[in-house]
Amino acid sequence: MLDEKVFYPGKLDIAWCPGCGNYGILRVLQKALAELGIEPHNLVMVSGIGQAAKLPHYFNCHYFNGLHGRALPAAFAISAVNPNLTVIAESGDGDMYGEGGNHFLHTIRRNPNITNIVHNNMVYGLTKGQASPTSRRGFKTPVQPAGVINEPFNPLAVAIALDASFVARTFIGEAERTKEILKHAIRHPGYALVDILQPCVTFNKVNTYQWFKENTYWLEDHNPLDRRAAFSRAIEESEGGKLPLGIFYINPNKVPYNQAAGLYETDARPLFQRSVDREKLKELLQSYLG
Amino acid sequence: MKTEHKDYSVVLVGPAGMGIQTVEQALVKILKSAGYHIFATKEYMSRVRGGMNSTSLRVGAVPVSAPVERIDLLLALAPGGVDHVSERISSSTVILGEKEQFEQEIPAGIRMIDVSFERIASAIGNKLYSNTVAVGLLGAVFHVEEAILEDFVLKRFAGKEQKVVEENKKAIQAGFEQGLRLVQSGLLDIRLQPDQRVKNQIVMEGIEAVGFGALAGGCNFIGAYPMSPSTGLLTFLAKHGKRFGVVVEQAEDEIAAIHMALGAWYAGARGIASTSGGGFALMTEGFSLAGMLESPLVIHLAQRPGPATGLPTRTEQADLDLALYAGHGEFPRAILAPGNLQQAFELTRHAFDLADRCQVPVFVLTDQYLADTYYNTEPFDLSDIRVNHHFVETQEGYLRFALTESGLSPRGIPGFGRGFVAVDSDEHDEFGRITEDLNFRTRMVEKRRGKEKFLIEQAMAPTVWPSPKKEHLVVCWGSTLPIVQEALEVLGREDAGLVHFLQVFPLHPSTAEILAQARTRICLEGNAGGQFARLLKAYADVEITHRILKYNGAAFTVEEIVRRLKEILK
Repeated sequence: MLDEKVFYPGKLDIAWCPGCGNYGILRVLQKALAELGIEPHNLVMVSGIGQAAKLPHYFNCHYFNGLHGRALPAAFAISAVNPNLTVIAESGDGDMYGEGGNHFLHTIRRNPNITNIVHNNMVYGLTKGQASPTSRRGFKTPVQPAGVINEPFNPLAVAIALDASFVARTFIGEAERTKEILKHAIRHPGYALVDILQPCVTFNKVNTYQWFKENTYWLEDHNPLDRRAAFSRAIEESEGGKLPLGIFYINPNKVPYNQAAGLYETDARPLFQRSVDREKLKELLQSYLG
Repeated sequence: MKTEHKDYSVVLVGPAGMGIQTVEQALVKILKSAGYHIFATKEYMSRVRGGMNSTSLRVGAVPVSAPVERIDLLLALAPGGVDHVSERISSSTVILGEKEQFEQEIPAGIRMIDVSFERIASAIGNKLYSNTVAVGLLGAVFHVEEAILEDFVLKRFAGKEQKVVEENKKAIQAGFEQGLRLVQSGLLDIRLQPDQRVKNQIVMEGIEAVGFGALAGGCNFIGAYPMSPSTGLLTFLAKHGKRFGVVVEQAEDEIAAIHMALGAWYAGARGIASTSGGGFALMTEGFSLAGMLESPLVIHLAQRPGPATGLPTRTEQADLDLALYAGHGEFPRAILAPGNLQQAFELTRHAFDLADRCQVPVFVLTDQYLADTYYNTEPFDLSDIRVNHHFVETQEGYLRFALTESGLSPRGIPGFGRGFVAVDSDEHDEFGRITEDLNFRTRMVEKRRGKEKFLIEQAMAPTVWPSPKKEHLVVCWGSTLPIVQEALEVLGREDAGLVHFLQVFPLHPSTAEILAQARTRICLEGNAGGQFARLLKAYADVEITHRILKYNGAAFTVEEIVRRLKEILK
């Protein structure tokens, strides 16, 4: 257990609106990491573009704030080449599920040891209020003036369909429970998705704190090892119900990428500590003598 | 056929899936074991079965490393095969094949020796052994000892069931006997002096030489999406990488691939992004990110003809402009273009050090011709292989983008030291936090662009051959080097030479001076726009007087270059 202040970077000019759900996520994440005793020097935050993606700037840690939608491939590689680092890929719903949708699918398949936090406010903030992949039908925006007609992207159902090893959803209005879920996700060996519902106070006047309170409930009597049950819970809202919160699914049998690929079987050192084995190279060259 | 050449050109032609490549690989091994210099290049269609493909081999008493049009011996394995290479057939060509299959195709006055590989194979047990029969026959024609052939079969089919080994042995013997009959009857009389040096040389494809260079350069990460003609590098690293601790992952797309490579470099590994033009088009946003993050990065870009899907399995040198101008915004890059196997090894190895040292992306620009071409060469020099990492252990208060006198900010990596390594695709301050301070922006632009001076300081000079001060200079770059060299030997003009650029960008400072000596400067390149000629004008103010361009998807041949040089140098 560390003092969460180790993650405070000092006074900064923060680019979020007053009342934004991002503040809550920042605080809760700092607390969760402190409680897990993760040293800032062993933590790498990887993000893309958007208001959510600025979070690492407000954190004392290493960060790779790359391009829109591309956090996951970079996060995967970082965790593959140095298994001693705690790697968190975080960004918004537009970044992770829209621009980065393909990477979302395939990173789940790879099962790297990373935590994927998605700030899900069902709207585009930084580009000023267009629909996001998770915007609900009928949501009116300057680009969808008659309301969204497309099916909302269901990240949990997709992740469970791909047999992701850890799948959870929470709401930032519930800080304590969000913190516990984040701790569980970060400790989990392998890929862990935490979709965090949060309001955008400036561009989403529909899905407000109040709306989330009224339209969510916590999973009870749910066995997260039961994939079929998890999937049916994940599609409840599209069948007219509310959005369940909590840990939907855990597959404890999934082998994380580094282990499955046998990367550190014979040599536990991260790649940066290694060098070329000239003798092996000579041997390989010999095999080309014909 | 009774001729004494320095080398023989043997061409195999048949549909995809008939095993031409198997015969090619077998012959390369066997003929090299027998002490011949060997060169093999192929042209093939973008399909898995059918169509018509060919492999051209040159078997030499002297080193051979360029394709020729001439065919001395043509093995046609299926109808249509002779037609496929008809433009290359001359009165000195001898065709080997089943006569009745080719009656319609054999041009008047061309000799055909009737051999049915299939019939011989069927007699042994399965017509699938036709390829082995062909290998045995050619072995005999080139006076290879039968023991070498048998040894090859044992190695090639090691681990297979006994029946397969035995029948292949019989097939190679039957082919060998048939070949001996042709030799004894005087129908084929090939005489080449083996060269003892060959046995101690290696034989490999261009793409494997790139792979060796990558391993020697400390490459330990590749995320790649398969795309001809770059796939061989992914395959090479997948096959051998485990022993060297290389992380190999097939990416979902090229966008993921380049971002993985950047993540790998960020955390202290050495990543390569390997693709062809269409794949690199997808990578350009990541390439630009490398510029902003000041990340080292190595990109292997194996060119094929475009635009778009173009000719997937053919060759071209038309992505030079793509590499030169790729990526939004302004930042330096280096482009290296190997001309032969040794350079493919050396430059790829060098690319990793250069990228790491200068914190810039570096291209290794190859093409389908180089990637898919084999020959024997001296073993690579591994005597001073060691990786000099250019990252530092960070201290408290570390600034990834510190403004320094040299212009380079020491590069830290997470997990090594007490500092935080913060990188951002936005314009950033010295720490790596977003900034919109416009005065600072100017300094960061200048800092990034300023790194080009390191690339110029370390630029590799062009190769001038055979000696400087020629009246006529052929200027070429990348894979055309050995072809132009041989063409100039054939041309035999004392007043003509070549200048080959293995680093095409940034140019070595001597470029203008070297080229100014000549009266005629002929730029030879495999594209339609004369991209390198334009680059020379733009960056070295060199005027090219003549151009030799080719853009039909095939590699240059020695004879073709000789013809075109004769037209220019009347």
